[in-house]
Amino acid sequence: MTANFRDGGRLPAAFLTPGSSSFLDFLSDHAPEQLPGNRPLPPVKGPVEAPHGTTIVALTFDGGVVLAGDRRATMGHMIAQRDIEKVFPADEYSAVGIAGTAGLAVELVKLFQLELEHFEKVEGDTLSLEGKANRLSAMIRGNLGMAMQGLAVIPLFAGWDVERSRGRIFSYDVTGGRSEEHGFAAVGSGSIFARGALKKLHREDLTEERAATVAIQALYDAADDDSATGGPDLTRRIFPIISVITGDGHRRLPEAEVSELARAVLDGRLQLPNGPQAPVL
Amino acid sequence: MSTPFYVSPQQAMADRAEYARKGIARGRSVVVLQYRDGILFVAENPSRALHKVSEIYDRIAFAAVGKYNEFENLRIGGVRYADLRGYTYHREDVTARGLANVYAQTLGTIFSSVGEKPYEVELIVAEVGDAPTDDQIYRLPHDGSIVDEHGSVAVGGDADRISGRLDRDHRDDMTLGEALRLAVRSLARDPNGNERELTADQLEVAVLDRTRPQQRKFKRLSGEPLERLLAETAGDDDSGDDSGEPAAAPGGGAEETGAGKKDTKGKDEGKGEGKAGDGEE
Repeated sequence: MTANFRDGGRLPAAFLTPGSSSFLDFLSDHAPEQLPGNRPLPPVKGPVEAPHGTTIVALTFDGGVVLAGDRRATMGHMIAQRDIEKVFPADEYSAVGIAGTAGLAVELVKLFQLELEHFEKVEGDTLSLEGKANRLSAMIRGNLGMAMQGLAVIPLFAGWDVERSRGRIFSYDVTGGRSEEHGFAAVGSGSIFARGALKKLHREDLTEERAATVAIQALYDAADDDSATGGPDLTRRIFPIISVITGDGHRRLPEAEVSELARAVLDGRLQLPNGPQAPVL
Repeated sequence: MSTPFYVSPQQAMADRAEYARKGIARGRSVVVLQYRDGILFVAENPSRALHKVSEIYDRIAFAAVGKYNEFENLRIGGVRYADLRGYTYHREDVTARGLANVYAQTLGTIFSSVGEKPYEVELIVAEVGDAPTDDQIYRLPHDGSIVDEHGSVAVGGDADRISGRLDRDHRDDMTLGEALRLAVRSLARDPNGNERELTADQLEVAVLDRTRPQQRKFKRLSGEPLERLLAETAGDDDSGDDSGEPAAAPGGGAEETGAGKKDTKGKDEGKGEGKAGDGEE
């Protein structure tokens, strides 16, 4: 094991070699077998059955950005987990939500968080938001081999750009290609429906609370039409995870707050099952 | 061919130790002390960019004096060690004791290998616990020994005298402001006994604060908050303190904990305690 040193407990030369501030680079040089995308897969016929996470949505508002995800993981037609968490803080000013193979996604997020933290500690300063988005891009590309075998991981990255003082959203494709989204974005199996809802509900002048409500509405619409996306579960008290990032940093909305917003959305849907109606013209 | 001149091993080691000690004594000191809510690090360092005190991991911080490139190298090695270990196992499995051992092995190997010049550094590795009794502070002199410290410790140029002052006035239940002002008072006295004025700009201050809600307990203090802490009731603790001053300054430094200078002693203690683990002093 690379973390246990063989040469008498002394730090190996690789640890003391000046060079990159990237943990990912260090890991690829020193312990490549620990990279999530680097493990050899035995050849398999057909898709691998593993839990998949589903819908993630993000939208900007006046003074920040909201990133939210439902709680369901599916394996084929089965619900593998009802209360999975797919939205994580990446550092103080950004968060990442992941759709795709859950096991790999969680590991990738762990590595991404560490990558940002490592840079911050070594350099004494944080990466720019674009820099963070690019690092994530490199990590997704590193997973391409797995993705080709059906174990894809697709993140959605949102953060507060401290330089420009605004919330920004980045989406990715399976090859690591990154594009900045303006206003709102969604990934995962329910993303088509969620994006439709976001398109009608998103406005730049939303408040934080309204933006969180829009995220819940979008996830509700996704759950409405996509079997792999879970809606708010009142009986088990399982609600979407909502991260809000503003100039004050990252904050995960506490469950009580989310449950209140989700109940309000559900109450509205009792009157209008298809959700709020936009004017035709 | 001439026969190499014989140098006894004792003499060779004494020369190396002397060399390292001289290098360390040239620099300004760093003091580390426990206060009610954590561990405080104070260094006299006019630079904003070149740090003497840094974060290693969630609860672990690092302070160093001596040659910058050497301790910076060790610091980055430590960050890499901690991050790799936390990634391989779990964040809880990264401990100050493990890190101190790795540093001690590294410094010890370098110190006794004839091919390398000894590092002119003295390190402190500290970990904040859930309660003051769980706090750990390790001092690592240049030769690879470990000294388990409690309460307060000083390293660097004038360490003996400073730790004498610290030991005399330090209490475990000090507030952050009290501890900070004590640290600054001890640093401000130069070897000739004159008091200098140390302003916030000349200080590098950081804490490991156990009350911080974040996972990462390390925080730098600078600018306005630091000035406020320095100014706050500064009169109060000065008055109680100055009365005992002249008597303690000459005698105190010599008989209280030998930091830095008394090497052979420190070494023996260090070896014993390092093995015994959480040995009490």
